[in-house]
Amino acid sequence: MNRKKISNAIEKTMNIIFSLCGIAAVLGVLVITVFLAAKGTPAVKEIGLAEFLFGRVWASTSDNPSYGILPFILTSVYGTLGAIIIGVPIGIMCAIFIGKMAPPRIANAVRASVELLSGIPSVVYGLVGMIIVVPFVREVFNLPDGANLFSAIIVLSVMILPSVISVSETALRAVPKEYEEASLALGATKTETVFRVVVPAAKSGIFTSVVLGVGRAIGEAMAVMMVAGNVANMPKLFGSVRFLTTAVASEMSYSSGLQREALFSIALVLFIFILIINMVLNSIKGGKQ
Amino acid sequence: MNVIKNKGESLNKIAHRTIFFQPYILCLYATKGMVKMKKRGIIGVAAVLALMLSAGCGGEEGATVSTDGSTSMEKVIGYLSESYMEENPNVKVTYNPTGSGAGIQAVSEGRCDIGLSSRDLKTEEEKDLIGTVVAIDGIAVIVNPENTVSDLSLEQLAKLYTGEITNWSELGGADATVVCIGREAASGTRDGFEAVTDTEDKCVYSQELTSTGDVVQTVASNPNAIGYASAASVKDTVKALTIEGVAPETDKIQSGDYPVQRNFVLVTKKNTEFSKAAQDFFDFATSEAADELIVGAGAVPVKR
Repeated sequence: MNRKKISNAIEKTMNIIFSLCGIAAVLGVLVITVFLAAKGTPAVKEIGLAEFLFGRVWASTSDNPSYGILPFILTSVYGTLGAIIIGVPIGIMCAIFIGKMAPPRIANAVRASVELLSGIPSVVYGLVGMIIVVPFVREVFNLPDGANLFSAIIVLSVMILPSVISVSETALRAVPKEYEEASLALGATKTETVFRVVVPAAKSGIFTSVVLGVGRAIGEAMAVMMVAGNVANMPKLFGSVRFLTTAVASEMSYSSGLQREALFSIALVLFIFILIINMVLNSIKGGKQ
Repeated sequence: MNVIKNKGESLNKIAHRTIFFQPYILCLYATKGMVKMKKRGIIGVAAVLALMLSAGCGGEEGATVSTDGSTSMEKVIGYLSESYMEENPNVKVTYNPTGSGAGIQAVSEGRCDIGLSSRDLKTEEEKDLIGTVVAIDGIAVIVNPENTVSDLSLEQLAKLYTGEITNWSELGGADATVVCIGREAASGTRDGFEAVTDTEDKCVYSQELTSTGDVVQTVASNPNAIGYASAASVKDTVKALTIEGVAPETDKIQSGDYPVQRNFVLVTKKNTEFSKAAQDFFDFATSEAADELIVGAGAVPVKR
């Protein structure tokens, strides 16, 4: 037996395994798409698309059920926007600090803690939010109850930090050193250089990080469920609200009939949101090339 | 993401994949790692996979006891059947969560062995069905320990939850807005609470939480909150109110004095022969040995 034959055989086997793994991932996406489309459309047909998307009342278990998900859609949109407004500036500044300002040792420490932040399970964010953020919001704003959209936004803005920071930092570091040196040589200060030269040069990467943050925020369920109050109201900053994700998660376990089908339809809407975000990412990619 | 970053791929590629193709990337790295391993390792992984597959196809034929009905009884029946099946590995107890009405209908049509109902049988149903109370669902009404209110009537309770009473001062408490904490729409506890207080679909909640623990935690941290939870899960961090002057204690629930409670009923058909397994499970569920399991499931056992 020669070794070449054996190694050829291994090579071929591994090739097959690689291909199978590749197919598995694509298959996963396909199965989810087909499943959601098949399960999610009947309820929409029965309820009526306009009634479903723009109905303002969700009362799935009432004797006279109503399936309007506008409160969930708006809550998800507002919640995500809020998280972006608070989280993105902090994230980008932090990335600038790590990538451009801080001495290497401190930068490494901050980077490590950001990485740790990204590894914390969302239920832990929820728990901390429930025990610290919710009572804090109640006290500070003198509200009867602190579980509301605002608390959810605070928790979400911390949760998107890791994606924003690590992707922005990579983008900042990809900016050629010569740009900075040229700017500094012309007499610009370090701050001017960062904001006028480095950040504009890295803007497509920074924008990518923002879109990633949107993806993370809109898809989060567990943490949000623990701090947002989960009542199907039209969104108010200091009112109890229910997100698209939590609408599915909180009722799925016991649901039946049209209620269950409507939950699949909500999941389909959420999936379409994610598809749109993905398309935005693709178009950034296309624009760059 | 960090792994990818270190490999120095282009940003947009990362971003694109992170949302949709993360499993694929993980998979690639996993297989890359495998190549590095000794060849024996690969065979080992394959063997483990094969074992996992074959394990799923095991199991033997045996008797089946089918139960069907109340979603609120899921936990009680789950605890009972799990423990029963541990002792009798040849018997399989199934549970179909359809709702009390559907469960009663199923047993009267002979589609299951035991129907599960979280309400007592109506007179016309008792003509050819027998209801046996297996456990009692006692629901405690809890407030923050700082709250000075300690007793409510059923009517006041209903008014609080429907939004007619919005300030604790109306009940002799502090001047503060009432914060009503409830459970998600599909919860059995919510179903039980709203049925007893006659507030179905009329409750105005501040928060709908998905577990008993969350309700207790939230009430414990908010001085203006009121919530409900199964009597067994009430802790020292909250204060359980007396309702109509009766505290949610086990003996008061068993005697029926405590008003916010309902029965969990096993429904069987009159004049119909039970299978041996079904009879055996029924006897187990109504025996003293089941008491501990019923407590574990958050309900109150019946008085013997």
